[in-house]
Amino acid sequence: MGKYKTYAEINEKIRNGKAVVVTAEDMVGIVKSKGAAKAAKEVDVVTTGTFAPMCSSGAFINFGHTSPPIKASKVWLNNVPAYGGVAAVDLYLGATEPAADDPLNKVHPGAFEYGGGHVLEDLVSGKQIHLRAEGYGTDCYPKRAFEKDVTLKDLPYAVMCNPRNCYQNYNCAVNVSKKIIYTYMGALKPNLGNANYCSAGQLSPMLNDPYYRTLGLGTRIFLGGAQGFITWHGSQHRPDAARLAAGTPRTPAGTLMLMGDLKQMSPRWVMGASILGYGCSLMLGVGIPIPILDEEMALFTSVSDKDIVTQVKDYSFTRPEPICEISYAELRSGSITVEGKEIPTVPLSSYSRAKEIAEILKDWIQKGDFLLGEPQNMLPTVPRAGVK
Amino acid sequence: MHSRRLVLRFPREIVDKPIITSLVRDCNLDFNILKAQIFPRKEGMLVLELRGTSEDFDKGLRYLEEAGVQVEPVGQGIRRDEQRCCQCGACTAVCPTGALHVVRPQMEVEFETELCSACELCVKTCPVRAMIVTFDKAIA
Ligand code: SF4
Ligand code: SF4
Repeated sequence: MGKYKTYAEINEKIRNGKAVVVTAEDMVGIVKSKGAAKAAKEVDVVTTGTFAPMCSSGAFINFGHTSPPIKASKVWLNNVPAYGGVAAVDLYLGATEPAADDPLNKVHPGAFEYGGGHVLEDLVSGKQIHLRAEGYGTDCYPKRAFEKDVTLKDLPYAVMCNPRNCYQNYNCAVNVSKKIIYTYMGALKPNLGNANYCSAGQLSPMLNDPYYRTLGLGTRIFLGGAQGFITWHGSQHRPDAARLAAGTPRTPAGTLMLMGDLKQMSPRWVMGASILGYGCSLMLGVGIPIPILDEEMALFTSVSDKDIVTQVKDYSFTRPEPICEISYAELRSGSITVEGKEIPTVPLSSYSRAKEIAEILKDWIQKGDFLLGEPQNMLPTVPRAGVK
Repeated sequence: MHSRRLVLRFPREIVDKPIITSLVRDCNLDFNILKAQIFPRKEGMLVLELRGTSEDFDKGLRYLEEAGVQVEPVGQGIRRDEQRCCQCGACTAVCPTGALHVVRPQMEVEFETELCSACELCVKTCPVRAMIVTFDKAIA
């Protein structure tokens, strides 16, 4: 396996401005030309990135005590309901919550113009938000109603906390039925009219560390333009998904729970999203540095789009089983052949923004502004071939 | 042969005149209507593709101007907010003309206004509302 580098050693190099950092895209060629052993010696960190709708996102916010105090049990931010079932003036705002007066899918497909994700974007942009709260009144919290215009600066506490981000892999969605459908995977035209996919592939964080050897509580990351952390495995984390020989999962597998200070984020990386006929969401930028601890990590991070596959699935509830398996190289080429029919592919995840994130992260690390966080508790995983 | 996509705006006073008929008959132009709308204050708007020799084309444009029709290329009425567009590609699922398309291998999403038919399908498909339509506003 060759010599092992520690987090401390890599961080020392980062502090001295001597760390060698490359993006996951560049690592493909480096390992190909030099071999994994040499690449592991030379490269210290590989940066990854992804920018895509990440529905399972939101923020914990505290809006400060009022006078007299209120135990806010119902809260709205710009008329988007937030969860008030946490203590007094704490709330959780979810990205997919539509505004209270949204017509939803009454006229299908609904537009979902404004929701939780948009509130997060407005906050991060420094815009004023109208906050409204109701309480039922207690001896200690007598106030029953409160309204105020606030900005992110005014809020004493605002922390992004996302229970499920960065899916390690995701289905490619098609529609075999006879009418167009509007899904969280975008518009799908009938009779296999288009194939939509949503992954940064070779740049995607968890595809570069397929067994999560370097991911866990305390891994420092790029989150929404700020430094954030992995805090836990995400909901629906499934390390036991079917995998290729090299370790990358063939279906949706691992997920991450992420946290970061909303106050330090930037609207370029935190954008409200309206997904036609489905609902509101958040387009979020995440980047994760992968330390090249040894030869195996060099090999993992050299994964390229042709070595990563996913399942083509019908989203019209006509065909329950996956239709076929396809590589990201094929998906990125612009068309794939499914059951003899050539169909155009549509990306939903921005590859160019993913690359930009990987470059920014690289820059931060090279400048010594970003140190690796050594995980204190690893994500649940499965044994890897040939390793005890 | 010349072919262009244009937005024609008809002020209220001329909205009921047979202007398109004359355009086709007297100027030999072929047309394909992409969109037609009459606004509440009775001004009209027509998005069409005109085809003909460049001579006939110039003649047609002169005729339209003299008749009081405002003519502008489609590209002026539908644009992309380049700051907001995050180059995801979701819009390419619905764009029927290929005006919005992915440039490979960079995976950048290009908007070629000349190909746009002003169908507006991209407007609500774009998750961050980067596609902006202004041509279907009434004349101020
Ligand atoms: S309006 Fe949008 S979807 Fe329609 S042709 Fe133009 S760019 Fe394409
Ligand atoms: S869907 Fe919108 S954000 Fe995405 S590439 Fe098209 S115009 Fe840009």
